[in-house]
Amino acid sequence: MRLSFERQKKIGGFLFTLPFVIGFFLFFLYPLIQAVIFSFNELVLTSTTFELQPRGWENYRYALQVHPEFTRTFVEVMVQLLTRLPLIIAFSFFAATLLNQEFRGRALVRALFFLPVIMSAGIVMRLETSDYSVIMLEASRAGAIFGGNALRSLLGDSGYMPTWLLDYVVQAAESLPVVIRSSGVQILIFLAGLQSIPREIYEAVSVEGATPWERFWLITFPMLSPLILTNVIYTIVDSLTAMNNQLVVLIRDTMLRGAGYGASMAMAMIYFVAIAIILLIVYRLISRRIFYYV
Amino acid sequence: MNPATVRRLNEWTVSVLRTILLIGICYIILLPLINRLSTALMSVEDLYDQSVRWIPRNPTFRNFQLVWVHMEYVKAFTNSFLLALTTSVLQVASCTLVGYGLARFRFPGNGLIFGAAIFTLIVPPQLVIVPMYLNFRFFNFMGLLGENSINLIGTYWPFILTSLTGTGFRNGLYIFIMRQFFRGMPRELEEAAFIDGAGLFRTFFRVMLPGSVPGLIVAFLFSFVWQWNDYLYVTTFMSNRTFLPQALEAAPGRIGRMLSQTDALASSSGFLDNHFYSLINNAGMLLIILPLLILYIFMQRHFVESIERTGIVG
Repeated sequence: MRLSFERQKKIGGFLFTLPFVIGFFLFFLYPLIQAVIFSFNELVLTSTTFELQPRGWENYRYALQVHPEFTRTFVEVMVQLLTRLPLIIAFSFFAATLLNQEFRGRALVRALFFLPVIMSAGIVMRLETSDYSVIMLEASRAGAIFGGNALRSLLGDSGYMPTWLLDYVVQAAESLPVVIRSSGVQILIFLAGLQSIPREIYEAVSVEGATPWERFWLITFPMLSPLILTNVIYTIVDSLTAMNNQLVVLIRDTMLRGAGYGASMAMAMIYFVAIAIILLIVYRLISRRIFYYV
Repeated sequence: MNPATVRRLNEWTVSVLRTILLIGICYIILLPLINRLSTALMSVEDLYDQSVRWIPRNPTFRNFQLVWVHMEYVKAFTNSFLLALTTSVLQVASCTLVGYGLARFRFPGNGLIFGAAIFTLIVPPQLVIVPMYLNFRFFNFMGLLGENSINLIGTYWPFILTSLTGTGFRNGLYIFIMRQFFRGMPRELEEAAFIDGAGLFRTFFRVMLPGSVPGLIVAFLFSFVWQWNDYLYVTTFMSNRTFLPQALEAAPGRIGRMLSQTDALASSSGFLDNHFYSLINNAGMLLIILPLLILYIFMQRHFVESIERTGIVG
């Protein structure tokens, strides 16, 4: 007997998503719960099994109060994220509008813009942060091109700028290469969004006599606003879980060479809760201001 | 000036500004690659010489030769390639099924499963890597086998199992991409196929899958690249086998030992220092990136075009 379309669709939904549901419980939720338990214990490995020695909140106390660098690195990582996030979002938005225009060699330029996605992962980034000549070259060349000090004296001498703003501008200019190289996926997402805005809307407002400036703020920006949320979340997750993130490196070092599994799990747990809270706040803040077209 | 000339002048200015801007950005993007290439081709004297910036004065392939031999490149490449291909094919397959299920079926729990997929993305892998290691080291189907656990560490199974179930590295992202892609496809296609007598799975394989190739390419490229560059999972689950990242990490030490034994002058003159290892590292990194670059050159057209059509927008 053949089931009706509707009925088949209900069963089909379960069938298609079943692999992930199994995997989610087996290979994700179960280890996650274990991680929570481990963070309150010390883990001792034997050849046939592993044992847990309860330590209460000791691991957390160690991470927050005893470990010489955890808290400082934590704050540094968060501050770095806060300064870079607006830059990455603004740059990728801008780059996407550029790449969406018609010009010769567009295909080549687009391919180049997404190249960093290929090159910036895992081992390459890890070695990059430790490689001697790369550090030296980056330091000398980035300084020459964007001239942090030159910029500072140029803007600072006029005396109109408050110091905090000056600091931010100089820092922004100096981190420009990093910003550009970590915007690949975000540009891709914005570009996809730009392509999906119906041409008719632009034609309609042009007929009404809107200037390009008005077109941007009345149509492009609101139509892309849901993607700003997507991109903000992607950027936060991407930069906080990257292999060369200082805190990730620190957690790894604690596990392999430092105070052991329990302490590193406690650190990872604090970090994870912080990421979750940040995402929640950002989501609340931005989603209220989003314009949904459909 | 008449209005037409003003407009032409305007357009011309815009295009010149745009060109300058794009060239500048492309320069910044390509800089590390060019740096690496020029450093990898240098001899040690060049690296010390302050007057040598871009073009090596004594270009040499010696760094590449050394690293090729001591990384055991062919072996490491084969291992990495097989692993990346297997996992990415399995991951794309499972994430496509799940993405389709989430996009086109209304059933209780749909939203919850989608939320779970996104949730897997925000958990740092470092948090769950130790419990995952232990689960695969003492694998017993969550206690079903009791004391008789199996050791899956050192085999491909951890990768196969997580890939098949769409819980591998960043698989939530591929589920998201495929879901958005299927949501953008016309509903009429499916209904027509069903009326013609095709079942759910036949409709999926014959009608929906061929239409989703661009989405598949995007997910595949991401998946392949991230597995290729992965360091965390291969060292945790398969430390007994050499993949490219581990091979590169071991290479400078081996080369140093080899040179200090065969070349007395090199070791006594302080020749084996950070500068020298940096040349080796740069050559090695290029050898790791090169296959990805070739893959990207072949797929980039599809990649860029299809990302536009995936309608990640929702």
